[in-house]
Amino acid sequence: MIRGSTLRTVRLGVKNLMLHPLRSFLTTLGITIGVAAVICMLAVGEGASYEAQQKIKALGSNNILLRSVKPAELETQQQSSMAPQRYGLEYEEVEILRETMPAVRVVVPVRELNKSAAYGEFQVNVPIYGTTEQWMAVSGVKLYEGRFLVEADSRYSLNVCVLGTHTAGELFPFENPIGADILIAKKSFRVVGIYGPRDDSESGALAADGIVIPIESAREYFGELEIRTSAGSREFKMVQLQEIKVQIEGEGDKLEDNVVATAASIRQLLTLLHDQPDYVIDVPLEKLQAAKEQAQIWQIFLGVIASMALVVAGIGIMNVMLATVTERTREIGIRRALGAKRGHIISQFLVETVVLSCAGGLLGVALGIAAPMIVEAASGMKAIFVPSFAVLAFTISAGVGVLFGIYPAWRAAQMDPVEALRHE
Amino acid sequence: MADPKSGDTPSSDILVRLDKVERHYVMGQTVVRALDGVDLEIKRGEYWAIVGRSGSGKSTLLNLLGCLDRPTGGHYYLGGTSVGELDDDEISEIRGQRIGFIFQSFNLIPQLTVLENLEVPLFYQDIDPAYARQRAVDLATKVGLGERLDHRPLELSGGQQQRVAIARALMNDPLILLADEATGNLDSRTEQEILALLDELHSEGKTIIMVTHGQTVADRARRVLYLRDGKVEQIVKNRESAIHEDAVLEQ
Repeated sequence: MIRGSTLRTVRLGVKNLMLHPLRSFLTTLGITIGVAAVICMLAVGEGASYEAQQKIKALGSNNILLRSVKPAELETQQQSSMAPQRYGLEYEEVEILRETMPAVRVVVPVRELNKSAAYGEFQVNVPIYGTTEQWMAVSGVKLYEGRFLVEADSRYSLNVCVLGTHTAGELFPFENPIGADILIAKKSFRVVGIYGPRDDSESGALAADGIVIPIESAREYFGELEIRTSAGSREFKMVQLQEIKVQIEGEGDKLEDNVVATAASIRQLLTLLHDQPDYVIDVPLEKLQAAKEQAQIWQIFLGVIASMALVVAGIGIMNVMLATVTERTREIGIRRALGAKRGHIISQFLVETVVLSCAGGLLGVALGIAAPMIVEAASGMKAIFVPSFAVLAFTISAGVGVLFGIYPAWRAAQMDPVEALRHE
Repeated sequence: MADPKSGDTPSSDILVRLDKVERHYVMGQTVVRALDGVDLEIKRGEYWAIVGRSGSGKSTLLNLLGCLDRPTGGHYYLGGTSVGELDDDEISEIRGQRIGFIFQSFNLIPQLTVLENLEVPLFYQDIDPAYARQRAVDLATKVGLGERLDHRPLELSGGQQQRVAIARALMNDPLILLADEATGNLDSRTEQEILALLDELHSEGKTIIMVTHGQTVADRARRVLYLRDGKVEQIVKNRESAIHEDAVLEQ
């Protein structure tokens, strides 16, 4: 019975609204635009957050990167003697990390050399990495041809190297590099393989340049001392490792916990081992989390701005409903005389507001689904529609209907029947 | 007169009992005594007219009788219920179940059809819609508008609108029919038709109370209450009609 009467109240409400189709439509339009704006803004926020996250993910969210940096004091201090500046990560730290950190899958040391490489008349200046066979797993690259380093290469300090695809193209424009010997700072290395980016992501270009050699070979042939000559001065510095890449094991939430815990332990450990701030710890996952948080705040901000449109629309609805109530004062009087309780009058007008705002909400959802596509096509900004946005926006619109409908309905119900019947 | 505290038992013939009813309006410093100690008893099946000049309090009295308003003093018993003590929901229920209103300006809801207008009183009673529809059709036919069910009020003549209003007043099978200048907006020929319809309803046993300022209209009633300055001036029993009324009661 209750359900039946509710249905009839709704039908009556729709009928009354259809008496003024233009007025109802215009009132609805406000809600439609508001809902579409909310959905669209949320979608744009979601798109921005997605792009930021993709960039960070390319760094590897299961990695922790330790890098040597020149401490600020050494930077300002004038070099007086021939004694080299010593700082940065060291070989033994790799071992310590391997042995003390529980959730670590691999620890990959990277010694970066500033040398040029040549083959015949072709010469390139690309980063030369002295590292281990596990480097490929943590660097977002894959093997294109030949083989990568193997453990024995390092153990026996073999003169072998693997080229990035781009570097290979520069050094060997006309022949297959595999098996050829190139010179790195006058030392001969045999090319055993070619690596390249795993996919066409932006970080791919970076992964296509470079030469990888066994870390022990790098140490043996080139040492740690680096002499940099610039106009009028010489700089001597000794840095054992430019980078240590740590990959953490685990999946999903477990991985995240492991990364956070390990990063904390590494920080503690390095504080103990280093007496100067000559390293940085880069945790892509933490950046990812920060980016996510920031994206969320941004999204809420956009959503709130767009919701203002809904509030304005709600005020519009309220205005129209107040006018409607005044206009229908006599009808209210008649209905009261014929037995309508205050609750009946309230529900009659509230239903009309809710019908208005829900109709607007539905139209808005339809528009809101289309809008992100239009935004993407028109501006190139990424916008991602998620169904929950539609649910949220629609719920807000229905809520606005109730909120702004209560007062007009209450006013209608409070009218004195005698006065209402006398109203012209 | 019975003890004013006790209501009438349902079996009693007394339908309406006013006991020193007052309705005072406070307007700034002055108190307007629209009704000032009215005593009245109306029995089931009676046909009353309330007559008075404008400002005599007759509309106020009708509003009280119709439970649209409450007395500020005294007691009003309708079918044994003391109306003054009810809350708004209860009083709305009383209106919906026991009162049938007929207004001077018809007061049909313009956007609804004849049929829908007739259904309004039962809408608030949670009565089976199918039954309500059937009753609406039956009553429309009874007042001679069976062919106009889908018309809107503005497509009907004044007399037809008032017939719809009378049919609507009968929808809830009320204890009393209250007519407020029911023929005030009609030409004299239509007035006679409407009055004839009220006569017919009276002869079927309906209790009717109408407010009028026209003596000729009042003469159709069996009892006439003359109101002056909020007080009962006199109550006149129309002789020739009393015979008719007794005949009805005997039935």
